[in-house]
Order: sequence, then structure tokens, then C-alpha cells
Amino acid sequence: MVPPVPITNAFEYAPSPESRAVVQLKPSYGLFINGEFVEGEDRIKTVNPASEEVLAEVVEASAAEVDRAVRAARAAYEKVWGPMSGRERAKYLFRIARIIQERSRELAVLESLNNGKPIRESRDVDLPLVAAHFFYYAGWADKLPHAGFGPAPAPLGVAGQVIPWNFPLLMLAWKIAPALACGNTVVLKPAETTPLTALLFAEICQQADLPPGVVNIVTGAGETGRALVEHPDTDKVAFTGSTAVGRGIARAVAGTRKRVTLELGGKAANIVFDDAPVDQAVEGIVNGIFFNQGHVCCAGSRLLVQESVYDEVLASLKRRMARLRIGDPLDKNTDIGAINSAAQLERIRNLAEIGSQEGAERWSPPCQLPDRGFWFAPTIFTGVTQAHRIAREEIFGPVLSVLTFRTPAEAVEKANNTPYGLSAGIWTEKGSRILWMADRLRAGVVWANTFNKFDPASPFGGYKESGYGREGGRHGLEAYLNV
Amino acid sequence: MTGTITPARSDLAEVGRSEATLRTFLHGLPGVDQIGADQRAAMLGTRSIKTTAKAWAIDLAIRMVDLTTLEGADTPGKVRALCTKALRPNPADPSCPSVAAICVYPSMVPVAADALRGSSVHLASVATAFPSGQAPLEVKLADTRAAVAAGADEIDMVINRGAFLSGRYRAVYDEIVAVKEACGDAHLKVILETGELATYDNVRRASWLAMLAGADFIKTSTGKVPSAATLPVTLVMLEAVRDFRAATGRQVGVKPAGGIRTTKDAIRYLVLVNETVGDDWLHPDWFRFGASTLLNDLLMQRTKLTTGVYSGPDYFTLD
Repeated sequence: MVPPVPITNAFEYAPSPESRAVVQLKPSYGLFINGEFVEGEDRIKTVNPASEEVLAEVVEASAAEVDRAVRAARAAYEKVWGPMSGRERAKYLFRIARIIQERSRELAVLESLNNGKPIRESRDVDLPLVAAHFFYYAGWADKLPHAGFGPAPAPLGVAGQVIPWNFPLLMLAWKIAPALACGNTVVLKPAETTPLTALLFAEICQQADLPPGVVNIVTGAGETGRALVEHPDTDKVAFTGSTAVGRGIARAVAGTRKRVTLELGGKAANIVFDDAPVDQAVEGIVNGIFFNQGHVCCAGSRLLVQESVYDEVLASLKRRMARLRIGDPLDKNTDIGAINSAAQLERIRNLAEIGSQEGAERWSPPCQLPDRGFWFAPTIFTGVTQAHRIAREEIFGPVLSVLTFRTPAEAVEKANNTPYGLSAGIWTEKGSRILWMADRLRAGVVWANTFNKFDPASPFGGYKESGYGREGGRHGLEAYLNV
Repeated sequence: MTGTITPARSDLAEVGRSEATLRTFLHGLPGVDQIGADQRAAMLGTRSIKTTAKAWAIDLAIRMVDLTTLEGADTPGKVRALCTKALRPNPADPSCPSVAAICVYPSMVPVAADALRGSSVHLASVATAFPSGQAPLEVKLADTRAAVAAGADEIDMVINRGAFLSGRYRAVYDEIVAVKEACGDAHLKVILETGELATYDNVRRASWLAMLAGADFIKTSTGKVPSAATLPVTLVMLEAVRDFRAATGRQVGVKPAGGIRTTKDAIRYLVLVNETVGDDWLHPDWFRFGASTLLNDLLMQRTKLTTGVYSGPDYFTLD
């Protein structure tokens, strides 16, 4: 257990932990290949980042084990899933979606245990979106001829999918739901630090009587991922994660017949104009950078504030940050949970240190962090310019760089002055300015008077080094169809 | 804080000088994004308040209740009974605190004043042609003076929504100033009737208008129109009193009224206060609930926490 963080005000919320009893953890898990769990040779431990407690052991899949999974997926694609009518595939996807809803509490608790994110987020954001993605793509399965990709769009075959640790189950849903709806089979590798909900999802596939081999889950680290990406018999590689790894994947598949989609890093600008609804903008800033401890590729990690409201916005932001509740991810009142791993914590600390060294002013609200586990206080840097490393590099943590601008044109220029282009936010009461800005921002998603808002019907993806391909919506089908 | 919403103190005294200055100021306040405000209130509604925190919140909520009867059928007997309940909400449990105030029509003030004499429970009277506010100013002022003379130490007035919605801010302002003067030492609560103002931008403007004109409290609703207090409306009003204090140094209270019936509802409001304006407003002097049925649910939950079992409604007095 994580010790409670003391609160200094009069209305002290008593601990309100979500029960762990709903999750039946096994001491060790195998690989999910061809509809059953099979043992592997090498094992890695997976921990609760909020306490460093070991939760279970999982297999670190070897190249041979990955090969076995790909062969199972190939067989299922050729014999069962590929020939099956869209209407039949939809039934399985709807069934999976319903089971996810039924078991959402269990999945949410396990997600928070293994990832460190607050239960409020896994319960109210991640899980509803996971189910919604399966429902949404289940609906497309028998309507593909009407999706705008020709009268009879064909699937690609076997997809190798590698996902990150920040939204383990949601990224799984983004990858698996459209792939299956289009008639592909998959081998998915969850992140090294967060394999457990993917393995629980494997149990859900069994519960839904999904034909063996349609979904295969291979756990492991970088080498397992490499074996999957480089396997000669996959038709498609889908990756979400860092730009560095994404670049390596693009290199590895160059010259092969494989299709690739990459969803990589970001350094999004959240732009606040002087006519913004200030209180809601501050909520949006907080949500933009502190949601999921800032472990969000589309996080609003660069705040661009119009100089004429800088003092007011900063004062409101600091006051609001002082209200953030940091601690036990399973406590229903926690706003900010644990950093996912020691390695990530180290990276955040390093970049924050560089921010101070380069002369930016660092501020965090007073808060007591638990002794065990991986924690980082919500932090803002002011006095940041485009020349600071913390304004250019993705920190992937609860660290906000604050910059200013004078005119809309300058805001666009600064927002676009980054190698990334995944998302952006605009805060203004003036509708025409929103449209003017959205036309000029080089970012895959532009949010107006909101931030980090997701919907399965809305496509998501990046410009420039944020990757290519779109996930979600009708556009997301294209990544899994032979068009 | 500096910037557009908080001009220096000396400027604010001048805001009510003319229709033009008032309009410029109120329309210069930052807007409220409705979806964002609704989401913030909904998120705070998910806070889970248990055990010791719940016990603390229930006692505070009881101390914040303005126990209200505003019926055409009110009689001295009914009002006396309500006053007795206000003083000792749970006769079986002396540790149960009294409520903040009784709230009645002006004609019932003498009865209530008699019943509450010597106690710490305040006596609030609605006035100014409650609930519509559709009467000449002289009538409203006479209404107010009569209530104060009969012993009310708090006056709940309604603003002229017709004037507000037609943009005649100065008329609304002047009326509040006049009523405030007629109140003398009595505290003035200004009812915005937010259900009729329709937008959160209007709620923010009306809140500032009332505070600039001298309100001691701003109150959401009369309870006589279908849309009464909501969490997001109260959130917008709390932001207004917070910013007003930052600008002027003067603290103004907030009173949601109407539609708050359960302990769960009341605790959600207290969470909203806690996380929007903090400790300084977590006191009956600065936050009230206008409610009639809420008190019994608070008492029931309080007894459940102390005894571990639920008692039926028959174990709590009707009024």
C-alpha cells in the first residue's frame, strides 16, 4: 500500500481506496497463442509502480515463441477469420465489447495497479473508451463496402502490433478493434512494464469464444518487439511509442511489402488567448499536462499564453495545481498517480534538471510524495523560450513549459516550430479565430476550448515526427485494409 | 491576481457610476465555457467522501442549512414547529448542531423571532416581492424594512431579472443598493434566480453585479422555478466570489437553494467549495444551503454513521 499523503486543509478526505479484491492475480502468466496460454522460457517481473511490489511474472517471449504466435495468426487468418463474413466478425466484437463493460471494474483496478494511473481515470476515461472502440469498430465490420475504400475492400492479413505503457488497454483497443473488424488477425506485444491487462483481455477473448489464433498476445521487452516487427510473415506493423523506436521500425520494414502505421511522440502547444474562458482554460491546461501523469503522447506540454493575460493565467494555474491530489492510484480521490517506471522517472528528472540549468524557473505546489514507488510532483517551468530543451524534447511526464506570445500569428509560428505535430489546443471565445488557427496549426488533432478529448469516431494521428497513419474513425479502417 | 478581471480596488467603486461603466465591466469579465464548467463540476461530483470526512461534512452541512418554509399555507404553528426543529434538529441527540437560520416570508418573521429569541440561529426573511420581484421599488423597500423591523437579521432579495435580461444593469444595481440600505445591519442575500438567467456568462455577470452593489451573499434561486441550484452554477458563483475577494478584499458568501435534497448532494457542494475557494468559505457565515427536506436526510445519515444502522423516516421529526 502507498502511505496516504497528508492534506493540510480543514476538509480532509478520508482514504477511499477501490478494493483490489475484484482482481484475481496469478503468480505467473504465459503467452496467449492460438487461443490458449502457453509457457515460455524466460521470465520478467512486473511491478506496481506506486509501491514497487511485484505483481506477477510474465514470459519474455523469444523469437521462436513470436514465430509460433505469427504462425497461429496466419492459420487463423487463412482458415477462419479472413473468410468469415463481416456480420459474423461483428458478433464477436460486440461480444468482446460487452464483456469489457461487464468486467470494467476489474480491468480498471488492474490497469491502475500495473500502470500507476489514478483509478478515477482508468474507471471514467480509459475503460469507457476501450469498450466504445470495440463497439464502434464492431459496427463497421459488416459495412466495409460503404467505407469509401471500394466495393469489397480486403484485409491485409496478419498484423504485428506493438503498444506503449501509458494507456495499455486503450492502445490495445485502438490496435485490435479496427484490425479484427477489417478481417485481419493480430499478434500484439504489450509494453514490458504493463502486460497484465492485455493478458486479462486474452481471457476475455477466450470467454467470447473468439476463434483460436485471431488474437495472440506475446509479452516481453524490446527484443520481443523487434522479433515481431521483423518477422517475415506479418503483413502489417502498427506501432505506438517513442519517435526513436518508431524510426528504427520504419528502417526495419523499409523495402519489405509490409504496411506501417506509426503513432509517435509529441510536444503539443496549448494556446491561451486573452479572451479565453480563464477558469476552463486553466482546467484544460491541467488536464492537458497532468492527465495520466503527463504520460500522454498528445499532452499539452507547451503552454503558450498571450502576454496580456500571463499573470492572471499563471496565478490561476498555480492555485489550481495546489489542489491536485497526489498519491495512491487506487484511492478514488487521487488526481495524479505514480510514474510508470524507474527508467521513466529518471528521464523526467534529467530533463527537469536541464530545464533548471538552462535558466527556466521551476515551480511545484507543496506536496508530500510517498516514500516507495516512482513519483514526480506536478511541475511548471516559466521563462521558457523556444531555445530551451524542455520546450523541444518530449518529457512524457507531469512537466509543463510555459511560453508567451503577442499575436495570433506568433502563436501559430511558435506552435508549429517543433519536429512534432500530434495535437494542439486553442482557448478563445472567438469562433473565427479558432477556425483561423486550426487551418494553420500543423497538428493531427486540434482541440478548441477543450483538451485530451477522445472518441472512437474521431481519427487520431500526427504530422512530421509524430508519425503517420490515422487511428480511429472511418480513417482508422484504411490502416487495416488493402487499399 | 492582475489583469482583465481584477482591476484595482479604487476602480471598482466607480463601476456602478453609469450604465456604460457597468456594462463595460460586466461584459469584460472572462467568459464561461459551459461544457468545461459542467465537466469540472461533474468531476468533483465523483469525489468519494467516506467515514471521518463524511461525519465532518454532515455536521458542517447541518450547520449551513437555512431551514426554509415559503408556502402560501404557512401558519404561525408551522413556523414555530420549524423553529423548534432548527434549534434542536435531532431531539434524541444533543451533540447534533443547530442549523444556520430559519427562512420565512415577512409575515411570519414576528412568530419566528419570538421562537428563536436568545438563540444563535439566524432569522432570514425573503423580501422584495419574492419570488417574482415584479413590484415597484417602493413596495420592495417597504417589504424589506418591515421584515427587518420585525426581527429578521438576514434578507433574501430577488433581483429584477426582467431588467437584467434586457440589459438594464444600472436598474438592477440601483435596486440592490437601495435594498441594501433598507436592510440596515441585516445581511443581504441577493437571489440571482439562475434558472431564468439561462447562461453561465449571465450567472457570472449577475454575481459580480450583485457583489458590486453590496451583496453579503449571492444565492442561486428562489426554489419557485423549475431549474434551481446546480453544481456548475454554484461553481461559477464560487469563482466569482473568489475573484471578487482577490480584487476588493471583501468576502461574499454563496447560497445554493432549491433541489438539494440528499446528504450526497450536500457533500458534493461542500467538495465544490473546498476545491474551488477552500477553507475560508467552509463555514456557515460564508456558505449556506437553502433547503427544507435536506435536513432530515442529513440527520438520517448522521445517525447511520454513529449507530451503524439506518432508522426509518419515522424516527425523525417532520418539521
